[in-house]
Amino acid sequence: MLAYTAKRALLAALVALTVSAACFALVHLSTDVAVAMAGEGARSEDIDFIRKQYGFDRPLAVQYADWLARAARGDFGESLYFRTPVGAIVSERLPTTLLLGALAIAIALALSIPLGVLAAMRPNTWVDRLTLAIAVVGQAMPSFWFALVLILVFGLHLAWLPISGSGTLAHFVLPAIALAYYAAPAIMRLTRSGMLEVLASDYIRTARAKGLRLPAVLFKHALRNAIIPVVALAAVQLGFMLGGSVVIETVFALNGVGYLAWEAILHNDFPVVQAIVLLVALFYIVLTFLADLANGWLDPRIRIG
Amino acid sequence: MRNAILTAALAAALCAAAPAEAGKRDNTLRIAGNQVPESLDSYMNNVRIGVILSHHIWDHLIYRDPKTNEYKPALATAWRWVDEKTLEFELRRGVRFHNGEPFDADDVVYTLNFVSNPANKVVTQQNVNWIERAEKLDAFQVRIRLKQPFPAALEYLAGPVVMYPNEYYAKVGPKGMSEKPVGSGPYKVVEHQPGRLVRFERNADYFKESPRPQPTIEKLELRLIPDQNTQAAELMGKGLDWIFNVPPDQAKQLKGVRDLTVVAGETMRIVWLTLATHDKTPTPVLKDIRVRKAINHAIDRQAMLKTVVGEGARVLHTMCFPSQFGCTDEGAPRYAYDPAKAKALLAEAGHPNGFEIDFYAYRERHQTEAMIGYLRAVGIRTSLRYMQYAAMRDALREGKAGFAHQTWGSFSVNDVSAGTPVFFKFLADDTTRDQRVRDLLDAGDFSVKPEVRRVAYKNALALIAEQAYIVPLYSLPVYYAHTKDLDFRPYPDELPRFWEARWK
Repeated sequence: MLAYTAKRALLAALVALTVSAACFALVHLSTDVAVAMAGEGARSEDIDFIRKQYGFDRPLAVQYADWLARAARGDFGESLYFRTPVGAIVSERLPTTLLLGALAIAIALALSIPLGVLAAMRPNTWVDRLTLAIAVVGQAMPSFWFALVLILVFGLHLAWLPISGSGTLAHFVLPAIALAYYAAPAIMRLTRSGMLEVLASDYIRTARAKGLRLPAVLFKHALRNAIIPVVALAAVQLGFMLGGSVVIETVFALNGVGYLAWEAILHNDFPVVQAIVLLVALFYIVLTFLADLANGWLDPRIRIG
Repeated sequence: MRNAILTAALAAALCAAAPAEAGKRDNTLRIAGNQVPESLDSYMNNVRIGVILSHHIWDHLIYRDPKTNEYKPALATAWRWVDEKTLEFELRRGVRFHNGEPFDADDVVYTLNFVSNPANKVVTQQNVNWIERAEKLDAFQVRIRLKQPFPAALEYLAGPVVMYPNEYYAKVGPKGMSEKPVGSGPYKVVEHQPGRLVRFERNADYFKESPRPQPTIEKLELRLIPDQNTQAAELMGKGLDWIFNVPPDQAKQLKGVRDLTVVAGETMRIVWLTLATHDKTPTPVLKDIRVRKAINHAIDRQAMLKTVVGEGARVLHTMCFPSQFGCTDEGAPRYAYDPAKAKALLAEAGHPNGFEIDFYAYRERHQTEAMIGYLRAVGIRTSLRYMQYAAMRDALREGKAGFAHQTWGSFSVNDVSAGTPVFFKFLADDTTRDQRVRDLLDAGDFSVKPEVRRVAYKNALALIAEQAYIVPLYSLPVYYAHTKDLDFRPYPDELPRFWEARWK
């Protein structure tokens, strides 16, 4: 297990490094940062001044090494737009995104696992088709559209929930549902296929033959085995929710990291963009690493293979 | 289109929704902005919502009446040009800032000397970099020395240059001013949650002699909501009372919602086509005046106004906004829509079958696409290069682009010097480099005699039009949507004046 953990950790670190390099290069190759920062009406002297002041006249590799060294110490520089340390802004916005992500993954799991199990119990019946329809709609509908539909129904028509802002927990309900519905179908389909496979296996037949009650067979024996791939997928989905909430946070005016990313892109605030891309990548990497460890622990064949 | 569908759906839903109470009941006007200002310090942000807030929190030495464009006394009761580089002001007595600090010459001197010092990193340098220094003559008299003759100084002193309380600003600096802004304007900030909302209360002690009317709406609440559809939903659900920058398709849908009013206003942002003719132009075909005139004749600006630009805009014949000092189309030729003439001019210039050209653009793509259609009709085949503003500007400056769909807002400064000279005075954005135009613009920029300036600008604008150096198109409109309970009037400088808004 130790060798497996070490191998996975090394891989995660290499991925993180590659992502950071790619992110740095993309920002600097996509535009001349000094020109972008100078804005409308800037003179060439202003641009040259910015280029020198921020060190953009140095070779890209030197700038990257400098940025990486500081990032490793948690110093992501100063936001060009807000003129405050990037770390402080991101950490101020992070709780909103974490709360939204946690609520969304909880809703997604609460919706998709029971539906997946139900579909597997009654394959090729109307129940299965209904869950398939829910999954297809969830996967196909753009999240901004579904968010607007939620606003329309629950915010405007029924006036049950607030439309935008992040003042109370009630403000998080609609965005969490919008985010969860996009993530749920994949978990639902994977739970269904895992359950179908497990329910057809010999030990389940034995459990049933022993006269165990259905809930015990389903949840104690079948689900525990069927859920292994779901753990990995849920980790990736949580990563998506933490990083991919740009649209949802913008639509619902939630002051989180996704909204910050939108603002930063809008204002060419590249230190913030870089920090957020790296942070989201790290979320994915850490979650995938943890999912790998969990899977290795649950299934010895994985860590040996 | 996306907005139209979503707003139509929202509007349809609202027909069945129960009407709620609006802000009139609690005398609170709830408004939304879609951009977070990096700072509430008026000199440390350059977004529109920051400009709007600035005018509500702070006061100016002089006030430009938006109805007549006439300058009126505000914090200064009188002013005079001592010479072309010196202005003197007599200040008003008895004005107090929101924190009780009395207003006097020290406030003016401190503010102007602070903001004009480059070390203090004011974001909007062009608003203050004309100030050499300010001097106190006595407790209520100040002198402002300019770096060079700059007649538009009064326009800046009536717009972006606001007065700060010196003691407070010296103590808290730009950071503290952003956290808790203190001014002498008609509204005072009572709560600021960065990135979320700003709450204001009417300044009950606002000086009675102010040229601005005393505010009647008790409270203002600004929320930052980036998505335009969410703003529309909040407006329809009575969570907001006023929104702006509504996209035209959404404005059309909102017009159908009862209890809402949609008004179209004009903005100072003008639109034109850049035709680079300088020595290194990548589009030498444009060096021929007949080709430039042909392009001018090829585009039906009136039809574009009706179909793609929208209500509130107007066709322009010269490169400036009509309310700007010095702007006129008198004496400038007008190029009517005449595709046959355009084709004939192209044939005469040796292009009977037209030509191919790269067409650069960065905003209002649907307008660019409409122009591509008009150009194709006379034989000019374009390849669209659509990109970010900075990239397009770079390409134009480096001589990689020569034909572009351009716009300019003049920073809402009501003077030609903030627009035309940027593109015709041999600066980085000059794609023509005609010495005659430059000299005329210089004469307008550096004289403090209004008549001299008017004549110089008129001749410069007419020369640009005669030479067809650009294709002047139109001004851009902006749409506001608000509750029917609100009496609100828009102005072309895109500055909503809530101190004069009233509940009906």
